[in-house]
Amino acid sequence: MQMKRWRNAWRFLPLLSVIALTLTGCGNEQLTTLLPKGEGSEMQFNLMMLSLYIMIGVFVVVALIYTIVLVRFRRRGESDNEIPEQTEGNVVLEILWTVVPIILLLILAVPTVMATFALDEGTEKVPEGATVVKVTAHQYWWEFEYPDLGVKTAQDLYIPSGERVYFELASKDVLHSFWVPTLGGKMDTNTATVNKMWLNAQEPGTYYGKCAELCGPAHALMDFKVIAQEKEDFEAWAESMKEASSQASTDQAAQGEEIFANSCIGCHAVGADGGNTGPNLTNFGDREKVAGILDHTDENIKAWIAKPSEFKPGNNMPAFEDQLNDEELNALVAYLNGLKVEE
Amino acid sequence: MKPESMNKLPANPERATLEGKNKFLGFWFFLGGETVLFASLFGVYLGLRNATNGGVTASEMFELPLVFIATMLLLTSSLTSVFATMALKTNQFKRMIGWFVVTGLLGLAFLGLEIYEFTHYVHEYEHTIRSSAWGSAFYTLVGTHGAHVFVGISWLTLLIIRNLKRGMDLYTAPKFYLFALYWHFIDVVWIFIFTVVYLMGKVG
Amino acid sequence: MSAHAYKKKNPIWDWLTTVDHKKIGILYLASGAFFFLIGGLEAILLRVQLLYPEFNFVGAETFNQLLTMHGTTMIFLAAMPLIFGFMNAIIPLQIGARDVAFPFLNSLGFWLFSAGGILLNLGWFMGGAADAGWTGYAPLSTTSPGNGVDFYVLGLQVSGIGTLIGGINFLVTIINMRAPGMTFMRMPLFTWSSFITSGLILFAFPALTIGLALLMFDRLFGTQFFAAEAGGNPIIYEHLFWIFGHPEVYILVLPAFGMFSEIIATFARKRLFGYSAMVFATALIGFLGFMVWVHHMFTVGLGPIANSIFAVATMLIAVPTGVKIFNWLFTMWGGKVSFPTANLFAVGFIPSFVLGGMTGVMLSVPPADYQYHDSYFVVAHFHYVIVGGVVFGLFAGMYYWWPKIFGTVLNEVLGKLHFWLFFIGFHLTFFPMHFLGLMGMPRRVYTYLSGQSLDEANFAATIGAFLMGLATIIMVWNIIQTAVKGKKAGNDPWDGRTLEWAISSPAPEYNFAQTPLVRGLDAWWLEKRAGNKAMVPAEPLDDIHMPDASILPFLLSLGFFIASLAAIFANWAIAIGGLGVVALAMILRSVIDYHGYHIHKEDLPDEGGEGK
Repeated sequence: MQMKRWRNAWRFLPLLSVIALTLTGCGNEQLTTLLPKGEGSEMQFNLMMLSLYIMIGVFVVVALIYTIVLVRFRRRGESDNEIPEQTEGNVVLEILWTVVPIILLLILAVPTVMATFALDEGTEKVPEGATVVKVTAHQYWWEFEYPDLGVKTAQDLYIPSGERVYFELASKDVLHSFWVPTLGGKMDTNTATVNKMWLNAQEPGTYYGKCAELCGPAHALMDFKVIAQEKEDFEAWAESMKEASSQASTDQAAQGEEIFANSCIGCHAVGADGGNTGPNLTNFGDREKVAGILDHTDENIKAWIAKPSEFKPGNNMPAFEDQLNDEELNALVAYLNGLKVEE
Repeated sequence: MKPESMNKLPANPERATLEGKNKFLGFWFFLGGETVLFASLFGVYLGLRNATNGGVTASEMFELPLVFIATMLLLTSSLTSVFATMALKTNQFKRMIGWFVVTGLLGLAFLGLEIYEFTHYVHEYEHTIRSSAWGSAFYTLVGTHGAHVFVGISWLTLLIIRNLKRGMDLYTAPKFYLFALYWHFIDVVWIFIFTVVYLMGKVG
Repeated sequence: MSAHAYKKKNPIWDWLTTVDHKKIGILYLASGAFFFLIGGLEAILLRVQLLYPEFNFVGAETFNQLLTMHGTTMIFLAAMPLIFGFMNAIIPLQIGARDVAFPFLNSLGFWLFSAGGILLNLGWFMGGAADAGWTGYAPLSTTSPGNGVDFYVLGLQVSGIGTLIGGINFLVTIINMRAPGMTFMRMPLFTWSSFITSGLILFAFPALTIGLALLMFDRLFGTQFFAAEAGGNPIIYEHLFWIFGHPEVYILVLPAFGMFSEIIATFARKRLFGYSAMVFATALIGFLGFMVWVHHMFTVGLGPIANSIFAVATMLIAVPTGVKIFNWLFTMWGGKVSFPTANLFAVGFIPSFVLGGMTGVMLSVPPADYQYHDSYFVVAHFHYVIVGGVVFGLFAGMYYWWPKIFGTVLNEVLGKLHFWLFFIGFHLTFFPMHFLGLMGMPRRVYTYLSGQSLDEANFAATIGAFLMGLATIIMVWNIIQTAVKGKKAGNDPWDGRTLEWAISSPAPEYNFAQTPLVRGLDAWWLEKRAGNKAMVPAEPLDDIHMPDASILPFLLSLGFFIASLAAIFANWAIAIGGLGVVALAMILRSVIDYHGYHIHKEDLPDEGGEGK
């Protein structure tokens, strides 16, 4: 009876992993680390696999001994009163299971150290001509500045694909952590120091980014996007960002622009004009998400402006539900949707 | 009239009983923990010693003569507590009390100087615990040491008052001995403070 | 005749003033169990919130409070006191001592811990609990509104002093109070691992004390330690926290390793395989535990040199840990293994903990850690280590030592149900979390968006949490049943190997009427195999000296409690009053002589409470 129970228990672990894997696959291909699309994430993935294989090797040995022990060396009931030999130890065995793990760890340690340095390569002295992005984390949004290009944006990070893009990471308020799993590992954004890293998207595409350090109630919702484009597309984007006009094209949008100038511009900039305590909105009309999390619809924009903390608890944007009526909100939305740099 | 030392007490009376042994060992462990405590504070101080936030710097503010006198007071008190411990081991109770009183008075003088020093910094340089991260680290490290001195003096006072009439026996010896250990520890910490905070601060 | 020893005491007064290590052990176990239930409830609420994507059950603010309090409670208020409970209840018996070195301080340690624990949880009722994570990273913790983080800081500070006192007490007890013949290399593994744990406590907790003190100063007195705008640097806090925090992991898990070593040996009816290697491995793990804290900070930006050094140091810990695993396996090899609940937990621990150790090595690789760090992969890893290691150990220890502590046996049928439900629930909860992390789910998120392929694994994890909850309810039912009408246990129900099984269950007030003479490792097993019915005494029967009970530890802790609570609300007059109570209690302790009392040899029961 007990025998059978144990055998079932054993089947249980591998079964569980199979269930977990088939249920979920490798995850969302814009978010998962398991289908790497960046130079860094690929290096990391290879190390993950190397360490996993070594560890599975160890596990198999342990599991084998474990199974034999549980099957062969059971006490057969209360009447089984034989006293087993009181072994003190076995020098050969003990040396074996000390030395073999040390060798295994050496096999792991060498590529580990090499990759640790490789991932830091060039961050101190950025190679000529590389794109540099200054990332500033805020509760609960991301500011991206391209100092060499004179461009500022937020939430959607545009980068050229096929080359290393260098990041300078810092935070304005509390600690956050900048993470684009599919492209590479994370790096904290600190308040007192600037961290440096690079990412290299091997192919154009859109990837999800997350904040990975508890930063307050809306930590879970501090998402952003990385949009990797061919070099020329990226350069065109940067050019049009510089020339972006904040001119409204319709009457309604013109009304919205006026409201924006009265109520919003203190915190939100369009182009170079405006404050920077809130996200830069120069290309707001291009963004797929509102505040990084809501689908880009007029209704969602209005709802967000009316009551931001409904969606991101604890965020710093004041609620405008009492200050702007529906018509004003519609005008503002029309203006904001017109802020586009891409066709 | 027989001299005090004629009373029969074993050598090392502070460790003659199991209770004394336990206290002796336990107190050493306690000092080990205290070492980590101060090491952490020193680490914090070293990390923040240049974070003056635009205010006065260490080399502008510290006055070594004052700190030197304080150091001498505390070092001397450590010496007098050694004399007291020697008296304890040879079972000369009155002599031990005498030296401990001197130790306490020296400690008190040190504490007075430290309080003067702190008020001087606050009034003269507007250097407070809030003015910069360095200020916070300075007052916390040196202040924690000062608090230890204060606790030591209070402990000693209580010990002397309580045991003055009782004299030396296997029950009181460990109590005095532990105080002496504690006092040495505070002294050693101060030597590090003098070096890390004041000398290194002066050199820049 | 000592009237004192037999005077009928008021039970409440007795528990408040007791300095008997066995009673203090029970106090620790009871309060640890209470906080374990609270922490478990918090965990269930967390998992319900994460049942579906964008689900709204408790909301973001409460979720952050729950996750902070779950971690803090489980580590500091459940695991620590439960371990201290077993140390108190068992170690003096294992080393043949009548008492601990500092009975008064022992009691003080407990009352400080409980004052801190209550203080921490008062936040729930006074404007919200702490919400900055159990790590309390600045500046989130220093700028967190309300008083929640103040409760966290002061609660941990007060209970931390208690823990430190406990650590010193056990160091001295184990060094100075061993029975004749109980050399260091004859000490049971639980005593050994507790000894090393106590050393780790002594050298790790002061770093936390400082970290918390600086947080408190920044919050209450406006210092600038972690305020970047005034030159402060929050990374200093991270260092202080993890210089404490990593050894803390070993503080928790080493005693559990010790329990497994004894339980596995007992139920395999075999001497522990490679005893000296086990002792050495335990010491090495403790030592290396202080050298690896930066692996919690690989993404902080300390540079590739620091990261590489700490990576290699971290990998090294796998070696002594592996040695232990193989020694346990080979203890059973060639043995006669039986599987009562205690051993089920011990045997179930091995594969669970090996999985946690595997992911531990994987996490030590910095480039890979840049992906794992602060993701659900880490959540999976440390729950495999802490639940798979520590909690399984505590459960195993509970079923194993319950007879010695309370004199009754826990119900085996309910016990086995408890094990299987917990074991299955545990793996169902935490195994999928590895994949959640790898698929890009950060930890400490109150929700996740739909359409990111995170739904199924989260759902499975929540179901697993319910199973663990159910298992815990069964355990509680078992405890209640046993307390009401438990089966009486013999002195030596498991055919034990160590000294505690040589005396009656529960142990008499004075533990050993005559201090036993220890003639080898597994002292009691040796005597039994030699055909002896009791330990050979090392001294003639004599009067037994006992320490005096005292209310001062309770008063002193109460003083700290009042002072801390008042400080949180900046009521400085009352705070100073509270500290006055502390000072008064200390002065009284110093001024009053406690000489203890004697139990006369004529009053001892016939067999002296020894033997079968």
